[in-house]
This record gives sequence, structure tokens and C-alpha cells, in this order.
Amino acid sequence: MIAHALIFYLLSSVAILSSLMVISSKNTVHSVFFLILAFVNVSCLFIMIGAEFVGMILLIVYVGAVAVLFLFVVMMLEGNFVKVKQGFLQYMPFGFFIALVIFFELIIIIGSWQFRPEFIKTAKIAYDVKETNTVQIGKLLYTDYFLPFQLSGIVLLVAMIGAILLTFRRRDNLKRQDILKQSSREREDSIELVDVESNKGVKVND
Amino acid sequence: MIEITLAHYLFLSASIFTLGVFGIFVNRKNVIVILMSIELILLSVNINMVAFSVYLQNITGQIFTLFILTVAAAEAAIGLAILVVFFRNRGSIQVEDINSMKG
Repeated sequence: MIAHALIFYLLSSVAILSSLMVISSKNTVHSVFFLILAFVNVSCLFIMIGAEFVGMILLIVYVGAVAVLFLFVVMMLEGNFVKVKQGFLQYMPFGFFIALVIFFELIIIIGSWQFRPEFIKTAKIAYDVKETNTVQIGKLLYTDYFLPFQLSGIVLLVAMIGAILLTFRRRDNLKRQDILKQSSREREDSIELVDVESNKGVKVND
Repeated sequence: MIEITLAHYLFLSASIFTLGVFGIFVNRKNVIVILMSIELILLSVNINMVAFSVYLQNITGQIFTLFILTVAAAEAAIGLAILVVFFRNRGSIQVEDINSMKG
């Protein structure tokens, strides 16, 4: 139990500190790296309390795909961030006020459970599970939540099509093969038969 | 203090959520950091879902975490695509340059 507590405090403090660095670091590339650190820590927390499948998926999807996408875009658009940090102090007090209000509201909600102490006592991690986490998720995901599962696939498909369509750009300066133009070409368009007189030559008109 | 309860995880989630909201406010000039703050907020929601799911021994929370993950990935892809297109058209990603639809 002590090891659980120590690892929890270590991972969660690193996660909170790195998410603080995400929003406060001057270099956007560093922000992306701290975002990756926060994701890895939270994924370790998930694996530690027994949600291995979600932890691993978080690692694959967030660190492997989303963070790399962020890094790619940041490095592609780099060099335009010179004056982006200007308004940091300007919006600081207002943002701090809003964040403080939200934080204390959340803490009040969490703290109000002391009026229902039996809820906290019954909420425990089950250590003696018969099936692994992945089997449990699979049994529920492919039966009760099958339709939402398919719909989330459609969401991903729409996002993929949208991203391709948004960033697609036809360049005019490239010489592309046009099949229709090639196969609809007639003989008269390209070949001209002339009678060549002796010692005169042919006048080429183009 | 030694025994890690559900409230510990909820406190962690609340902290990360607050940092995400704070990040949206203080980084109003930089769209990429705003998108990263949104990712932090979604991460905190995922922590909440998984913590409740594990402590109440109900696997449904982890299923919904997968759906949230899907939506977050789609949102990041579309947001960054819009950003790239905007940069290609305007040559800048400053938030105060995004005012061509202002009346």
C-alpha cells in the first residue's frame, strides 16, 4: 500500500508539473514534449490501478499519434512564434480568477462526499478479478456498446476525410498525366501530311 | 494519506482540468497551445472516468474513455488541418490575425 501511495504521488506530481509547463513554456516544441510527459505519466497511473488497456491505448493514441501530429505541425509552422507570448501577463489575472473558481468548485464537489462516508468506504479497487481488463472491456464493448463503437469508427473516418480534404492542394505547375486527354487525342490533331516539292523543303508552322 | 482513495484521483483530475482552462486563457495568442490545453482537459476527463470505473468496479467508464479518446484524436487532427490551411492562406497563425470575418 505504501508503494502504491509513493508511486501515485510521484506520477501525479510529475503529471501536474508537466501540464503546468505545457501552458507556461516559451518554446512551443517544449510544450509538446511536456504534453508527452504528462500523457506518459497518466498512462502509468492507469496501468497502476488496473486499467491496463486504456493506459496502453492512451500511450499509443496520444503519444504515438496526437503528440507526433502536434510536433509535426509545430515544426512545420516554426519561426512564426516570435510575438505569441506577448499577452501572457495581460490575460493572467482574469484567467487565474476563472481557473481558481473552477478549481474550488471541483474541490467542493469532491469534498462534499464526507457527508456520505459509506460511499468512500465501499469504493475500493478490486484486486481479485477473474478476467483481465482487456477481456472485460471486450465483452462489454462488442455487445452492449457495439453501435457506439461503430459510430466512433465513423467519427474517425469523417475526421480523416475532413483532414485530407482541408489540406489537399492541387498544384498547377506540375506536369501530371491526364488519361482522358491522352486517349481522346485524334490523328488529325498531331499529324499533318504534306507534299514536299523538290529543293523547297517543308515550312513548319507551330 | 497513505491509502490512495478515489478522491486522490479526482483531485489530480481537477488540477489538470484547471491547468487546461488556465492555459486557454493565458495563451490566447497561440492556437497550438490552446489545442494542447484542450487535450489536457480531455485527459483530465479520462482520469475521472477511469478512476470512477476502477473504484466502483464498473467497466463502463473505461469504454467511454475509449470514445472520448476517439473524439479527442479526431478533434486534434481536424484542428491542426484547419491550422495548416489557415497558415497557407494567411502566412500567419496569430490569433489576432483571424479577423477577416469580423463585421
